[in-house]
Amino acid sequence: MSVAKLRIYRGDAEGGQEVEYEVPVDEGMVVLDAIHFVQANYDGDLAVRWNCKAAKCGSCSAEINGMPKLTCKTRLDSLPLDKPVTVYPLKTFPIMKDLVTDVSWNYEVRKKIPPFKYAEDTDWKMQQVDVERSQEFRKCIECFLCQDVCHVLRNHNKKNEFFGPRMMIKIAELEMHPLDIEDRKEMLREAAGVGYCNITKCCTDVCPEEIHITDNAIIPLKERVADTYFDPLQWILNKVKGN
Amino acid sequence: MEKFETHVHDVIVIGAGGAGLRAAIEASAQGASVGLVCKSLLGKAHTVMAEGGVAAALGNVDSKDGWKTHFHDTMHGGKLLNNWRMAQLHAQEAPERVRELEHWGALFDRTKEGNINQRAFGGHTWKRLAHVGDRTGLEMIRTLQDRGIHTGVDVYMECTITHLIKDGDRISGAFGYWRESGRFVLFQAKAIILATGGIGKAYKVTSNSWEYTGDGHALAYEAGADLIDMEFVQFHPTGMVWPPSVKGILVTEAVRGEGGILTNREGERFMEKYDPERMELSTRDVVARSIYTEVQEGRGSPHGGAFLDISHRGAEYVKKKLPSMYHQFKEFAEIDITKEPMEVFPTTHYVMGGVRVDPETEQTTVNGLFACGEVAGGMHGANRLGGNSLSDLLVFGKRAGAGAAEYANKIKDNQLKVNDGDINNAVKEMLTPFENSEGENPYTVHQGLQDAMGDFVGVFRTKDKLHEGIEEINVLKERASQLKIEGSRMFNPGWHLCKDLKSMLIISEAIARCAHQREESRGAHSRVDFPKYNDEVWGTVNSVISKDSSGDMNLGTSPLPQMPEELKKIVEGGYK
Repeated sequence: MSVAKLRIYRGDAEGGQEVEYEVPVDEGMVVLDAIHFVQANYDGDLAVRWNCKAAKCGSCSAEINGMPKLTCKTRLDSLPLDKPVTVYPLKTFPIMKDLVTDVSWNYEVRKKIPPFKYAEDTDWKMQQVDVERSQEFRKCIECFLCQDVCHVLRNHNKKNEFFGPRMMIKIAELEMHPLDIEDRKEMLREAAGVGYCNITKCCTDVCPEEIHITDNAIIPLKERVADTYFDPLQWILNKVKGN
Repeated sequence: MEKFETHVHDVIVIGAGGAGLRAAIEASAQGASVGLVCKSLLGKAHTVMAEGGVAAALGNVDSKDGWKTHFHDTMHGGKLLNNWRMAQLHAQEAPERVRELEHWGALFDRTKEGNINQRAFGGHTWKRLAHVGDRTGLEMIRTLQDRGIHTGVDVYMECTITHLIKDGDRISGAFGYWRESGRFVLFQAKAIILATGGIGKAYKVTSNSWEYTGDGHALAYEAGADLIDMEFVQFHPTGMVWPPSVKGILVTEAVRGEGGILTNREGERFMEKYDPERMELSTRDVVARSIYTEVQEGRGSPHGGAFLDISHRGAEYVKKKLPSMYHQFKEFAEIDITKEPMEVFPTTHYVMGGVRVDPETEQTTVNGLFACGEVAGGMHGANRLGGNSLSDLLVFGKRAGAGAAEYANKIKDNQLKVNDGDINNAVKEMLTPFENSEGENPYTVHQGLQDAMGDFVGVFRTKDKLHEGIEEINVLKERASQLKIEGSRMFNPGWHLCKDLKSMLIISEAIARCAHQREESRGAHSRVDFPKYNDEVWGTVNSVISKDSSGDMNLGTSPLPQMPEELKKIVEGGYK
């Protein structure tokens, strides 16, 4: 059985450092297995979040060799094991301890998005082809890897001005629900800051659910906002109607 | 005494999966102030992993379906050990609960007519499971999560409840710690709803997450409530077997619902031998035993399972209807299920047994303590049908929320007491592992328990093995009484495991002793030494576990509630 070297970040808000562990590699083993081995055999207090270990809950996000990934889905044999594998917490969120970060901001933002609203006379008939647009976004497992990699949040820390890709697909999912009648365009333009996204598609690249965040959600949302607020004809019509 | 923060609510819900969320939403709607406490982040609970669908007799695909047929199927699936009233309420109310989710924004797959689509599942007479591909649980938990956060429920994430507090014979609070800081916290409440899910982490090969450590079962037991039918642990027939890293991960029953075929190494479609009528869509207890038997008798697949093949449905169909399974096998096992068969073997999945509750209100045998979802017992009898869990969460989550709110609203001023002595004892118990200069590693003891449960209290059981299992659990209890851990109280998984381990030991003993007592085979409980039903002796009673006044585990039975004549007729087939 071969051995992998893991360099796991250990620390808290006060600071920390990499600690190296040697872990025996079994067939099909993922990074989360290696972390569990460390907990059981070396350091029982190594902090990590995880739940399903099947890439369905989005709890075990970390930066593996610098790339935002789910540790439960990253096989050791997909990584170069001739050098140590580094495992770091998500950089965009404040560290709590070791691999656990404070992601509560996402839950606060989520609360600001107006929920699904339907008309009184809804008959609840929907076609499969129509629900599929929103279903794509409802696959989201809230791993926040897209939030982690988004440079508006990661490099510029504009958390007060931009809700981030996860929340863009949340809004898109509601806006594209065949029976939804709520209007979230003003929120998109102002509070959610859809204009901040400059379509580098980093979020789409890291999405473990392979959701087309940029193409299918953010760009159509930008178009909706542009049509409403920046189309000259629409602007004149609004003036005439007194809106 | 160590300082701790206090939060006051009318109703505290412990657990934020489908049942807990639905209960919190309802209690809040009934005017109660509600706190929802969960061990993980919101939306990560086990419901998120449910795949195949939610069973409800909507009749959208098979118009002949109705609550009576659903009730009939559920009772037979549970080998008539179900609490008849729970099974009846469940069948009657599930359709409305599913439609309600749609009104809260859920987007189920559709029929050509534009209605909620339904698929076939084991033991269900008609196509009955509303679904979203193979990620139905995720759809449910997101919908309930959205509803919950917009209806005034206060959510306390990453907080573990370790002790329930009573004032005399009434519940008055719940005590626990924040996972992040390790600091203690008290929730004062008039009513508490347990919605903590199951017990799967007592076993090594399981589809369950770290959270499934039987907390609610143990909290209820310690508070004096009855547990019933704990011997009935469901081994889901199809867990992954290879590679070792993913052993036990669930392969949804929807694979069989969509036409998947089970074969052994000789290419024989072996379900013909065990249930020629229903074949792969037999109930889970039967399919699990069949696969187990094939492997035991030397006809297993290369990694010790059975083959499950869906490739004949075509790549496009499989990817559309079973997208998570496609990705799961591709990424974890390097198998393309649109071209080649999967290898599967039973995995610990669900506990039918649980806290005894009143069918109408979900109140336990302790005043002010309620339970719903997997932690509650009775609904599923000796074996649960696939899809009946998601509907159970909705139906009895709502009922528990209403029951708890009604109870709490009757108590005008909350003058229930929280005894300092109880808090001191809880704090002392929790901090002991830091103070022990010598002791065992909790991870090692946990592995010992998982091995023991797999070896002695698994799919097939005998008196001798169960006896050995009980002895082993006693040894493990002794070992777990002296644990030692490293580090601080800040987000320390080793420390968290110390208390979880105690809960698992309580429920493991309950499972083993109930299994030892029930000298027959019924549903998920298979005794090699008593391979047949014994209706006269065991078909009329629930197993009951409670804590006696000296602190020992008390084991007994109690008669099943009497089913009304009109329902008996439905069960006997007079429903069509």
